[in-house]
Amino acid sequence: MATVVSYTARPRRLTQALLLLLALATGLGAIALVSLGRTGELPSSFPLTAGMAAGIAVLLQVLVMIRAPYADPTILPLTLLLNLIGLAAISSYDTARILFNDKTSAYAGRQLIWTAVGVLACAAVLWLLRDHRILRRYTWVSAVAGALFLLLPLVPGLGRDVYGARIWISIAGYSFQPAEIAKILFAVFFAGYLVSRRDTLALAGPKVLGIHLPRWSDFGPIVVAWAFAVAILVFETDLGTSLMFFGLFVAMLYIATDRLSWMIIGAVMFLPPALYAVTQVSHVQKRLTCWLDPLASSNYEACFQINQGLFGMGAGGVVGAGLGEGRPSMVPFGQSDFIFSGIAEEMGMIGTFAVLLMYLLLVQRALRAAVGISDGFGTLLAGGLGFVIALQVFVVVGGVTRVMPLTGLTLPFLAAGGSSLVANWIIVGLLVRLSDAARRPSARRAGAGAPHGAGAPHGATASDAGAAAPQGVAA
Amino acid sequence: MNRPLRHVWLVVAVLFLTLFGSTTYIQVFQAKSLNADSRNARTMYNEFGRDRGPLVVGGSAVADSVPSDDSYGYQRQYADGPMYAPVTGYYSVVYGFSGLENALNDTLSGEADSLFYQRMADIVSGRTPQGATVELTIDPAAQEAAYDALDGQRGAAVALDPETGAVLAMVSTPSYDPAELASHDRRGVRDAWRRLSEDPEKPLTNRAIGGSLYPPGSTFKLLVAAAALDSGSYTKDSVIPGPGSYTLPGSSSVMSNHSGGNQAPCGPGDQSSLQDALRQSCNTSFAMLGTSLGEDELAKTVEEYGFGQKMSIPLRVTPSTIGTDLDDAQLATTSIGQYEDRVTPLQMAMVAASFDNDGQVMKPQLVQSVRTSSLKEVSSLTPEKLSQPLSASNAAQMREMMQAVVTDGTGEAAQIDGAEVGGKTGTAQWGEGRNPHAWFVGYANKGDRKVAVAVVVEEGGYGSDAAAPIAQDIMKAVVSP
Repeated sequence: MATVVSYTARPRRLTQALLLLLALATGLGAIALVSLGRTGELPSSFPLTAGMAAGIAVLLQVLVMIRAPYADPTILPLTLLLNLIGLAAISSYDTARILFNDKTSAYAGRQLIWTAVGVLACAAVLWLLRDHRILRRYTWVSAVAGALFLLLPLVPGLGRDVYGARIWISIAGYSFQPAEIAKILFAVFFAGYLVSRRDTLALAGPKVLGIHLPRWSDFGPIVVAWAFAVAILVFETDLGTSLMFFGLFVAMLYIATDRLSWMIIGAVMFLPPALYAVTQVSHVQKRLTCWLDPLASSNYEACFQINQGLFGMGAGGVVGAGLGEGRPSMVPFGQSDFIFSGIAEEMGMIGTFAVLLMYLLLVQRALRAAVGISDGFGTLLAGGLGFVIALQVFVVVGGVTRVMPLTGLTLPFLAAGGSSLVANWIIVGLLVRLSDAARRPSARRAGAGAPHGAGAPHGATASDAGAAAPQGVAA
Repeated sequence: MNRPLRHVWLVVAVLFLTLFGSTTYIQVFQAKSLNADSRNARTMYNEFGRDRGPLVVGGSAVADSVPSDDSYGYQRQYADGPMYAPVTGYYSVVYGFSGLENALNDTLSGEADSLFYQRMADIVSGRTPQGATVELTIDPAAQEAAYDALDGQRGAAVALDPETGAVLAMVSTPSYDPAELASHDRRGVRDAWRRLSEDPEKPLTNRAIGGSLYPPGSTFKLLVAAAALDSGSYTKDSVIPGPGSYTLPGSSSVMSNHSGGNQAPCGPGDQSSLQDALRQSCNTSFAMLGTSLGEDELAKTVEEYGFGQKMSIPLRVTPSTIGTDLDDAQLATTSIGQYEDRVTPLQMAMVAASFDNDGQVMKPQLVQSVRTSSLKEVSSLTPEKLSQPLSASNAAQMREMMQAVVTDGTGEAAQIDGAEVGGKTGTAQWGEGRNPHAWFVGYANKGDRKVAVAVVVEEGGYGSDAAAPIAQDIMKAVVSP
């Protein structure tokens, strides 16, 4: 299969500006509608929210014009819109809680602050990271840092149990899900590691059942990754986090080697620990029950959250109750873990489809960047980051809609929570950087050493480009 | 590395397709059962947060929703609550719905299939969806007359339009105020509920169509007479035996010809015409007539009038019964409305109405019309014939016999100036040492105005004293307003 990848080397900055404007209008409209639906008037904080959102859009647009002029014009508008819809859904949860439950609730305000922090982090990535290939130097640093982050919740006194899963840490009253940061570090590590080992890992070993297995001596890395995933499963007891990391590794391994056998091996390896967790770990067991039959009267109380989520989604139906017209606060953690059911309730199936399509588009743009990029490291990093977003969305939405057991992960950009928001904005920064590299005219000239931005070390890593497929043509 | 990337894209597509599928399943296919789940508090909030359509009687609402300043959004309120409670029922956040609030819930809430286009139009135009307006067949004057006349007693009254089956009045006393149960003050609702459900007079029961039903007493003789006419072997002038007392076949029990042990025969020579037997309400005449007709004939007849059939008007009506597997002695007492006879006032009103409608039994209906919030009529009352147990000429004979009861018999208290009134009283024995239930079942015609009624007063004594005047009030309200 050979396809000609032909990017026109147009910056498309105006397109992005218009899309950002559209995202702003839609997102702020949603936030306004929530308040109008609930109380009949705009919230006093609306000008502030609108001003901040507009400021964010301008900042991102200007930054991209300066630092990544050839970046994919859809990535940032999609992210901004998801973020704003998340804010709308969270403020709907807040206002519903205040109105119906007589409780104070201010998740939306906090989320707005975290949005600003996330955007600044994204801006910092764009400003400071002039070329994604610099990251390859930090392959092993990322590995160590990622592992530390991931294992942080296990440190006594730091980790915190939430619904039985130990994937949170708590410092000075602030809680934090380190796995969100770890997934970026691991994506960098896997990309750096696999791009240098891909040729060896792709070598054929013994043939079993018509499939070329890898050589036994190459099993080391996948066993390590597997052991790590199992460790997360056993000690942090979260199937979602474990699945996300192992899935990320296997997907990147497959992208690097193009050997289906790795994928099959990965899937087969993950089954026993997953089965172990399901049968032996009590809260995972409970989640299995709640996955299979939450509405049975014997399970109803234990599966209260997922049932409330289902009721919410059912109440939404096809067209939804309308923004600010639903009761998302009836679902425990309706502002974070179950934000999807709140969106489904108020915006209906149409709204959930829109949200899922936005994610799908974002993932597609990431994979597109991966295809267009000229060095193996960049391809792997973009592909890995794109896939991890897709996998996380699948695990979360799949958990809420009973495709798989519920886990402790949250929806990128939508769910209330600082660590998740900041981490995902960093990923978006990386994706913008990667898409810029993929679409930049200089990248399309084979082995061209002409740096686009001042000081971009293109020539330094030209060997990577050589290892990749010839520019513009996919083999 | 493009080939594996494409495969990864494929995997992502499959993952998302699964999510589209699962979301669709829950929000479209499972939604109905999720929304109907009794544990789903959200459904209740949505339910009560709706601008529910009103129930209208004679142009003004007897139940409607007004915006409220609490977490529900709307408050249901009732005008003349106790008077209309047997019809409207209650709409409670604690105890659910009853009456028409329950039977017409889909229509009132706007969720009925017939309101689909209205719903879509509301969504498209951004209007707050509003439930449909239901106009009832109740005639407020008749309802009020019945309620006032029954006030302070236990009993029920039903008035029907004989030609259409429209329910003109339906009263059950003692009643309750649905507003007490529709309040959003849960504690107050619970207290009211406890008080009402523990009340020995059972105010929550709609005696007109349900509860434990009543023995019809002598009003049942109308059905025996109708069965006799329909058999072809009798006319109103046929002479039938009516001795002062009757020893029940195969038994030593003796039935007196009149209540209170009065053993005067029905006429000279222990016999009389069928009409005269009905006029005097002779027990022995009808006991013997019923036994000679036989259980099968009687059962077939009453079934044609609606006995044993489930009816929804759209309130659910408890089927009336005459019991089964009767021996001759039991059949004899059944024929004078005792033994296992249990009827609803509505059923007896249907019987009287059929005689006033050329022998045709019409299905009773409470809904005159359903209109959307934009006043478009979705449906209106269509008269529905259930059966024709009697020919028009036999029905005319029944009317003549019933008129005789009112002009010169036990039903004189039901007379109305200038109107043709026919009826039958009843004095139903039901418990040792208890006062009998008083009945009146009849009809009135004046010009083109027609009405059929059934009135029962629990422990009211003689039908001629206790029930006939009430029936007169109701019929007057319809034919001589």
